[in-house]
Amino acid sequence: MRVALFATCLGDSLFPEAVKATAILLTRLGQEVVFPPGQTCCGQMHVNTGYQADALPLVRNYAADFADESIDAVVAPSGSCVGSVRHQHGTVAEHHGTPALRERAGRAGGKTYELAEFLVDVLGVTDVGAYFPHRVTYHPTCHSLRMLRVGDKPLRLLRQVRALDLVTLPEAEQCCGFGGTFALKNSETSTAMLADKMRNITATDAEFCCAGDSSCLMHIGGGLSRLRTGVGTVHLAQILASTEQHVLAEPEVIV
Amino acid sequence: MSRAFLGLPGPPPRAPRDTGYLRGQRPFPSAAHAALEDSQQRRNLGKATGTIRDKRARMVEEVPDWERLRSAGAAIKADALARLPELLERFESAVTERGGVVHWARDAVEANEIVTRLVADRGADEVLKVKSMATQEIGLNEHLAAEGISAVETDLAELIVQLGGDRPSHILVPAIHRNRAEIRDIFLREMPGVDPDLDDDPRSLAEQARKYLRAKFMDARVAVSGANFGIADTGTLSVVESEGNGRMCLTMPETLVTVMGIEKLVPSFADLEVFLQLLPRSSTGERMNPYTSMWTGVTAGDGPREFHLVLLDNGRSATLADGVGREALRCIRCSACLNVCPVYERTGGKAYGSTYPGPIGAVLTPQLAGMHETRDDPNASLPYASSLCGACYDVCPVKIDIPSLLVELRHQHVERSRYTAEAAMMRAASLAMSSATRFTKAQRASRLGRVLGGSDGRITALPPPFAAWTSARDLPVPPRETFREWWESEQGRAAMARARREAERGEW
Ligand code: SF4
Repeated sequence: MRVALFATCLGDSLFPEAVKATAILLTRLGQEVVFPPGQTCCGQMHVNTGYQADALPLVRNYAADFADESIDAVVAPSGSCVGSVRHQHGTVAEHHGTPALRERAGRAGGKTYELAEFLVDVLGVTDVGAYFPHRVTYHPTCHSLRMLRVGDKPLRLLRQVRALDLVTLPEAEQCCGFGGTFALKNSETSTAMLADKMRNITATDAEFCCAGDSSCLMHIGGGLSRLRTGVGTVHLAQILASTEQHVLAEPEVIV
Repeated sequence: MSRAFLGLPGPPPRAPRDTGYLRGQRPFPSAAHAALEDSQQRRNLGKATGTIRDKRARMVEEVPDWERLRSAGAAIKADALARLPELLERFESAVTERGGVVHWARDAVEANEIVTRLVADRGADEVLKVKSMATQEIGLNEHLAAEGISAVETDLAELIVQLGGDRPSHILVPAIHRNRAEIRDIFLREMPGVDPDLDDDPRSLAEQARKYLRAKFMDARVAVSGANFGIADTGTLSVVESEGNGRMCLTMPETLVTVMGIEKLVPSFADLEVFLQLLPRSSTGERMNPYTSMWTGVTAGDGPREFHLVLLDNGRSATLADGVGREALRCIRCSACLNVCPVYERTGGKAYGSTYPGPIGAVLTPQLAGMHETRDDPNASLPYASSLCGACYDVCPVKIDIPSLLVELRHQHVERSRYTAEAAMMRAASLAMSSATRFTKAQRASRLGRVLGGSDGRITALPPPFAAWTSARDLPVPPRETFREWWESEQGRAAMARARREAERGEW
C-alpha cells in the first residue's frame, strides 16, 4: 500500500521521534511510505477552542495533501488528530467551506487512520517483531478511546512486544487533564486531573508511560518531569519500531 | 398567561438575569479554584461519584439491548422536540379534559408569580416540595419566602441542603458534597425537634428526617412538584423517585401544583417504557426505582382535589431555535454525565453556578440563560470547563453529544466576542499553518525556544498565557531537527533505506 504519513504539527515540530518511528515501522512492514510535504496541521486546536473559521485553511490544506487517489491510506501517530480529521473536518467544511471541499475532506478523512487501528484493522498484524526491555504502563488517550474506538488494539500490539513488562494502569480510562487549551484556560482543574493520573502511573512502578498521542504524553510527561518522578514517556510507535537490532533512539523523556 | 413562545417574531427570549439560578457570580476557573482547595469535598465527591459510576456500569452491562434503548430514547426525544408546539397543545387539552388547569409561564418571573398566587389564594403559608430541578431553576423557594410562604423540601438530600442554608451541587444527590458527619451536624443545628443524641448512622439520620417530615405531610394543604415526564396523548404526568416522600406530597395535600419544563414532553404512554428502563440504571444504578408516580388531572375521592400545571419556557424556546444546541433539551436529568466527568469530580457542582452543573450544565445553562448577557458573563466560561474527554457522551442515555455541543458553543462564543489577544494568536497560527512554507519558517523560529531550556533540555517557566502550563508542567525544548528536516536528511534517507531492506528480507 502507498501510505502517506501525517506527522501532525506537534509531532513534526516537537516530537519527531514518534513520527520517525511510525515511518520506519510502516516501511519495515512492507508499506510504501510517503510524506506529502505540503502538510501542516489538522486544525484541532482551532476547532476545539471555538475558532472554526480559522480552521478552514487547515482543513483545506489537509484535503489538498491527502485526498489524492494515489494515496491508499493516511496514517498519523495521534488519536486526537485523527479524531479531528475524521469527525471535525466535515463540520468545518460544511459550515465555512464549499460542497467540493466537503467532498474532498470526506475522502481524505475516510482513509485516515490512527497507527494502532491501521496496524490491526488494515494490515491485520499484532506482532510487529518489536523488542523493548522495559517496564511500561499504557494510558489510553480519550480521543482514541472514545472518538475512534481504538479499544484494546494498542494493548494487543504491546502484548506481543518481546521483553516488555506491561503493567496495567489503574483508572486508565480517566482523562489526563490535557484537553488542549483546557490545560491553559482551566489550568488548576487540569493539574488536579494530572495529579491523579501521575499517582496512578507511579503506583505501577513503570519506567515509562506509553500512549498513542504525543499531545497527551507532553502533558503527562511534563508533570512527571516537574516532580522528578524519574518516569519517562514513550509513544506507542517508538516501542513498536524498536527491535533487538535497532533499539530506537531514546524515548522522548525529560526525567 | 402568554403563550408567546409559540410563533414569536424575532428570537425567543433567554431566561431572565435576576430571577432563578442559571448564572453564577464568577467564571468557572475562579469558582473552581476555591472548590479544588476544599479537601473534604474533594474526598466526598471522589468517593461518591466513584461508587455510583461503578454501580451504573454494572447495571448497564446486564442489559443486552442497552445501545438500542439509548437510540430509542434519543429518537423519541428528538421527535418530540421537532414537533413540540403541536404536542404541547395536545397535552394542554388532555390535562384540561381531565380536570387539571394549565398555566403557561414564559419565564421564571411568570412561573414564580403563578405558583405564589395559587398558594396564597388557598390561604396556605407553607408548601411541601417534591424534589424538582425546574423549581430550583426559577428560584421558587426564595420567591415564596419573600411572600411569607415557607417551602419545605421533602427529598432527604434536598432537605439537607435546605437546612444547611447551602446550594445543591448535583442533579440527583444535591448533598453529594456532604458526608454523614456533616449531615448530623446540620440536623442538630437546624432541624426543629431534633433528638439531641442523634448519631451519624445513615439509618438514624433517615429516621430523624422521617419523623420531621411525617408531621409536615399530615398538615400540608399545598404541594409543589416538578415532573420527569409529561405524556402528550393522555395528559399524564410522572415523577420518578427513591424515597416515597414525593408520593406523599403528590397524594396527601388538597392542591397539587406541578412546574414542568416544556421539554419534558414525550408523545405517548408507550414511550415511557423506554425511559423507565434508561433512567434508573443511568441515575442511581438501580434496575428500577422504588417509586414511579403517575397522575392524570384529578380523580374524585382520590388524591388532590385540585391540580395545576405550570408549563415553563425560561429559555427553552431559545434553545430549541438553535439547530445544534437543541440536542441538550433531550436531557432526562439522570446525572450520569456528572458522575463520570473528571472535571465535575474535582470541582463539584457549585463551581458551575447553575442549577444544572456538570457536562450537561455546561451546555444547557449558557443556552437557557445566554452567555453574552453581561460583560464577562460567567456563563461564557462554562463551555470551556471541559477537557472534551467524551466520557459524558458515552454514558448519556439519550445520546447527547455533549463534547460536540461544547465545541459548538465555544464557536458561538468566539463569533460574538470582541477581538481578543487569543483570537489574534489563533489567526496567526492559522495563517502560519495554512502553508508548509510558512509553517517551516515558524518551526525554525520556534527552535530559538531551545535557549529557554536549561542544560537538561527542560523548559520550566514561560510567559503568559503559557505560564499556566509551566505552573505545573515542564516542556521539552524544541528538538534540533524537525521530522521533515530528518526526512530530507542523509540520516533520514539512510534509516528509511534500512527499513526497506529489512522489509525485503522479512527481517523483523
Ligand atoms: S445529559 Fe444525558 S447523561 Fe447528562 S443528565 Fe442529561 S440525560 Fe443524563
